[in-house]
Amino acid sequence: MANVLVVAEFAEGKVKRTTHSAVTFARTAAAALGGTYSILVLGSNASSAGDELAKLGAAKVLVAEDAKLENYLAEHYAPTVAAVAKDFAVVVAAASAFGKDLLPRVAGKLDAGYAADITEVIPSGSTLQYKRPMYAGNAFGICVIESPTQVVTVRQSAFAAAEATGASAPIEKVAVVAAGQGASRVEWVKFDQVKNERPELTEASVVIAGGRALKEQFYDLLNPLADAFGAAIGASRAACDNGYCAPDLQVGQTGKVVAPGLYFAIGISGAIQHLAGMKSSKVIVSINKDGDAPIFQITDYGLVGDLFKAVPELTEKVRAIKAG
Amino acid sequence: MTRSGLLNKPTGVKILVALKRVADPDNANKVKIPAEGSKIDTTGLEWKPNPFDDYALETALRLTEDGKSQKVRKGEVVVASFGPKEVETTLRSALATGADRAIRVECTDEQLDGLVVAKALAKLVEAEKPDVVILGKQAVDGDSNQVGQILAELLDWPQAAFAATVKEEAGSLLVAREVDGGVLEVRVKFPAVLTVDLRVVAPTSVYSASTDKTFRYNEGVRFAPLPAIMQARKKPLDTKNLADLTGEKPRIRYVKYEAPPARKAGSKVADVDALLDKLKNEAKVL
Repeated sequence: MANVLVVAEFAEGKVKRTTHSAVTFARTAAAALGGTYSILVLGSNASSAGDELAKLGAAKVLVAEDAKLENYLAEHYAPTVAAVAKDFAVVVAAASAFGKDLLPRVAGKLDAGYAADITEVIPSGSTLQYKRPMYAGNAFGICVIESPTQVVTVRQSAFAAAEATGASAPIEKVAVVAAGQGASRVEWVKFDQVKNERPELTEASVVIAGGRALKEQFYDLLNPLADAFGAAIGASRAACDNGYCAPDLQVGQTGKVVAPGLYFAIGISGAIQHLAGMKSSKVIVSINKDGDAPIFQITDYGLVGDLFKAVPELTEKVRAIKAG
Repeated sequence: MTRSGLLNKPTGVKILVALKRVADPDNANKVKIPAEGSKIDTTGLEWKPNPFDDYALETALRLTEDGKSQKVRKGEVVVASFGPKEVETTLRSALATGADRAIRVECTDEQLDGLVVAKALAKLVEAEKPDVVILGKQAVDGDSNQVGQILAELLDWPQAAFAATVKEEAGSLLVAREVDGGVLEVRVKFPAVLTVDLRVVAPTSVYSASTDKTFRYNEGVRFAPLPAIMQARKKPLDTKNLADLTGEKPRIRYVKYEAPPARKAGSKVADVDALLDKLKNEAKVL
């Protein structure tokens, strides 16, 4: 029964792309274990995700549907995930806010070991080793999990999104397990969604990230450049803390981890915590007035200068190139 | 485990805070990995409190006081840490900052993983019966982000993970959590587990029931005044053995460590045109 269970991230009626990264992990892991993978989706209308998930090459798509699962709460989701997981060797979700909230709780319920935010799965004989970043990405640990069920989350930027296969998996309903006593003490109040018409930060091929130096002109300066590239916008902690931009734009050790083809660090000095979230980017460009800023140590192309002049000029010239 | 007598009491909550010391996070790029990959060597790096745990303590202090008179502690803040005798430095510092009591669980790092820590904490919770357990959302050495959620499950308590703001109501906390795509607000009734995120130490992030909603805290965590550091030596610090709390062994075993791939500094460009030329003709990303 060396099979893998993917916990899909399904919210606001959509299957999140994070799910596809977890599926990519599952393909490698299941192949190494000589098993298959299935996908579990939970929600009050989870069956609406069934057809889409069925195209991802799974042995089965398992649907847990119940009115109580309308809004995600770990206390309500974990019992069902844990019950389904008992038939699997490995349980995986993406290391998104959802996965990082839910899967440790599932591990607790299963009395299982949990490896967070893994960047690589390494088959070793009949077992799996997991590589994961530690110390803000300044070290990697390779670990094994010694419990009958293994629980992991995977870093989205390290596992390319799985493409649909031709086949269509059977869709089965699974029983929803009643939550424990503790769940009666949590209440979902509201979700203030940040409007975002740009590509997801964790999926974009170009990321334009800004720091404290941009001040209140954060969006005024970065929006046009991001538009020119069709890029996502990211930020340093300082820019988020000061309220210059939305908190979920934060790139770093404890924020989003990105690895785009092209990353612009604009007015970002390059604290260790920020580097942890972006140093796997293919090409890094930095614009900073301080030529000694640590960001330049990992930058491919550095421009020392006034960003308030450089960014508008860059924007205009990129526009011209893209149009031309 | 519910302390029903407290449910309608607006103030005086009892909070357990879990603290960990970590190798200086601002110098994390100086950790060394020997060629054989046997360990992560932090020699030469100073021990510092895990930043998120500092935020957890600050949250606990704000929830057990009226912001206007921070010397008066309502309720109780108990801090706990795992490790050898030296972690008492971390605990004493928390006592000086305002915590009332401390517990050190004697053990070595090799005896621990997230599940073992959570199981031991669950035992401490059983004995201490706090209304709220507050933890940092992750320790910045292992970067796992797990203990709070596991603990909540073991206790069958609600969890509010990655809290950015916390408002005390009668017998409950209204918590805003920073999640992907926005901010999710949940209400958890005591007893509950809270893990805190970076912005929980902003001036208007945490209010106890007795703090006026117009009050603004200083940005960041508070520091212990000198007399408090002296007084902290007299505050109780108990020691317990890990084996007396849990006989569990880690489920996670590290077989090897590796250094990250090195990334070299590239070149500086003179102006925007030179940058575009490089992006187009050298990196070929334009």
